[in-house]
Amino acid sequence: MTGMNGTTTTTGAGRRLRLADGTAPVLAVLAVLLVALAFTGPAYSEPAGYLALLKRAAPLMILAIGQYFVIVSGGFDLSVGSLVTAEVVIAARLIDGDEAATLWVIPFVLGFGALIGLVNGLITTQLLVPSFIVTLGMLLVLDGAVFLWTGGSPRGALSESFRMVGREGFDVPLIGQLPWSVLLLTALVVAAVLFMRGGTGRMLVAIGDNQTAVRFGGGHVERVRTLAFVLSGTSAAIAAVLLGGFAGVSAQVGDGLEFRVITAVVLGGVVLGGGRGSVVAAMAGALTLEALFSLLNLLGISGGLESTVQGVIIIAAVAYASVGRSKFRTRKGTS
Amino acid sequence: MSVTGLTDEAPVVRLRGIGKQFVGNPVLRDVDLDLYAGEVHALVGENGAGKSTLMKILAGVHQPDSGVIEVDGREMSFASPRAAQAAGISIVHQEFNLLGDRSVAENIYLGREPVRRGQVDRKRMEADTAGLLDWLGERGISPRTLVRRLPVAQQQVVEIVKALSTDARVLAMDEPTAALADHEVELLYDLVRRLRERGIAILYVSHRLREVFDLSQRITVLKDGELVTCRPTRELTSDQLVRHMVGRPLEALFPDRADPEAPGEVQLALRGAGNERVHDIDLELRAGEIVGLAGLQGAGRSAVARAISGVQPFTEGTVELGGAAVRIRSPRTAVRRGVAYVTEDRKGEGLALRQSVRDNALLVRRAAFGRRSLGRLDLAALLRSVTVLARSEDQEVRRLSGGNQQKVVLAKWLAVEPKVLVVDEPTRGIDVGAKQTVYELLRGLAREGVAILMISSELPELIGMSDRVIVMHDGRIAGALPAGPSEEAVMALATGHELEAA
Repeated sequence: MTGMNGTTTTTGAGRRLRLADGTAPVLAVLAVLLVALAFTGPAYSEPAGYLALLKRAAPLMILAIGQYFVIVSGGFDLSVGSLVTAEVVIAARLIDGDEAATLWVIPFVLGFGALIGLVNGLITTQLLVPSFIVTLGMLLVLDGAVFLWTGGSPRGALSESFRMVGREGFDVPLIGQLPWSVLLLTALVVAAVLFMRGGTGRMLVAIGDNQTAVRFGGGHVERVRTLAFVLSGTSAAIAAVLLGGFAGVSAQVGDGLEFRVITAVVLGGVVLGGGRGSVVAAMAGALTLEALFSLLNLLGISGGLESTVQGVIIIAAVAYASVGRSKFRTRKGTS
Repeated sequence: MSVTGLTDEAPVVRLRGIGKQFVGNPVLRDVDLDLYAGEVHALVGENGAGKSTLMKILAGVHQPDSGVIEVDGREMSFASPRAAQAAGISIVHQEFNLLGDRSVAENIYLGREPVRRGQVDRKRMEADTAGLLDWLGERGISPRTLVRRLPVAQQQVVEIVKALSTDARVLAMDEPTAALADHEVELLYDLVRRLRERGIAILYVSHRLREVFDLSQRITVLKDGELVTCRPTRELTSDQLVRHMVGRPLEALFPDRADPEAPGEVQLALRGAGNERVHDIDLELRAGEIVGLAGLQGAGRSAVARAISGVQPFTEGTVELGGAAVRIRSPRTAVRRGVAYVTEDRKGEGLALRQSVRDNALLVRRAAFGRRSLGRLDLAALLRSVTVLARSEDQEVRRLSGGNQQKVVLAKWLAVEPKVLVVDEPTRGIDVGAKQTVYELLRGLAREGVAILMISSELPELIGMSDRVIVMHDGRIAGALPAGPSEEAVMALATGHELEAA
């Protein structure tokens, strides 16, 4: 059978940069929306408008990174919205206007997010409760705890330095003021992309695709899945810091974020159930969603329509993923 | 016309010239089969001989491409299992289709419950069930018991009653003892005899020759989709039957064997190893040799493979790897100690189908080993060495042919340089060319010093590849044979034939 070796066509050369499967549509939609924004709003005629958009979108995009990890490994994290609220309320209470407290409250907030993620992950992987249920339960637990603790109206206040990350920026020649949140977002994007290229990142996707294959291959399936929840909880904590700075303290700050972020991730072509999709596309989905809401706003369409739009998007995106693509595939067949 | 003159009556069911193809592959060719009332007709043959297909045609699951089905002398065609049931033919599947949280009666009348004034008539359902159980002479089962509270043997009774409840006169049973423990088999024997006495015609599909000889009045042997012979049981010896079932010429596909004069170090040793599926397994695997593990489906071959690889670990006895006793508790311990396991379910357990060739080939490295614990890997060279044909390393493995998928599976294990390779049905569902490549790859690995344990249901393949053959029967090792044993010798051990002769 030596003749067979000659016909092997596996190319080892091509590590070209290419878009992960399912990324192209969301980027196309995003491009259309950005152009539409430029035509609609005068603010978008210069970079500052887009920077403002990025700043608004940063919390959702960061949440999308965390949600992506969970979804691509085959789960859901519904607890992020109430986790964001809880974090903001806790931070306000702990800081209570005291600048000096900021230094330890921020790490505490991040740790709390990671802890909630760890609890979600351990219950999901060790007690074998579906993550949908675990995180739904966590959503309710956090909601109730926040209400109990605050009696409906949060007390305390965030310090100026806490709010700086979400609110302010620094001056850069040519483009004007660059928001801190955009800088933070950029750093997280790079980190997420590098993580997904590494061994653990690839395991995360492989587990979402076929966890038996990973287990039989000697992988720590439970540990990696738990890590995804920890990262999601941490991303919620970071988003809370940004939102707290940007929007201030309220007991409604995280309302509905869990559904918004899942919509964003699905819009990015990440398949529910796991195993397919890229983290960049998930973030692009989040940005697309924010761009769409900005456009609707500019067009004078009521904000009340946002959840309707979200609902239509999530159904359409999943329908596209399951029907559109599979039809396309079968027609093409296998080689 | 009766084939043998056992009965003067006309057969209840007569199949003539049945042929069937699946995607162009003929699985049955011109097969005849007669079933008589009050007779157990055994259908035997190797895996893939066409037994299941023939049974499914009889039961209306598949429709034949050619040939005729007659019931009571009238030609019929069954578009669905329901049509076959209406004609009095029922099937009892190997796997039970029972709902554990419903009562016996509810299971038996599932989907066709008697209705009275718009409500399920529970009383009548239970009375009818009691009647059927009584007719069969089964008095230990109450129609109101929940099925999951019944032992397996009685659940099977429920399956059979369910099949009979459509006024069946012909019952096809697929490996009915597969799920039963030894002491439960006797109960099934009784039940089958009672069915016979009550005039039911039974088609009995089984691998186990003992059952065939104990129960049947007539035996039909299939091989490669063709009818080999149909004879009364008393005219056949177990030796003759085995010869009818095998006896295919060995294909010249297999590479040369290892040099028997130069055995390597013992890489894997099992001593008295066992768990709930297998018992008292003693086995040594040396570097450089391919040991075949033979046996019928359910004999425990895969269970041994899964135990060695930590999927369902051994709970008794000892395991030694490279001379050191180890406890393999999980796939991770096995993999990190140099055991690779190519499962029989390539798509379900072997590959992440939507991931790329590269990600799959690196899967075990990434999953079980840290970034720096293994040396550098030339992935392109590895993929070339297993001759994967793919457009690029980025191609998703589900787009590859079965043969190329299997090569990716081999690549992912070779990437961690295992010392022991366990392969379960390595050529299932792949074409002949790819099979040959897999054979060459396995033999090449053995030459490089890997110890290989190979499981295959295709006897010629197993015999052609193995330096030694170990045969399992009912969860134990029935015997070991040197290189190139006859198929008869393997089948005799595998069916427990020799044990009974002794």
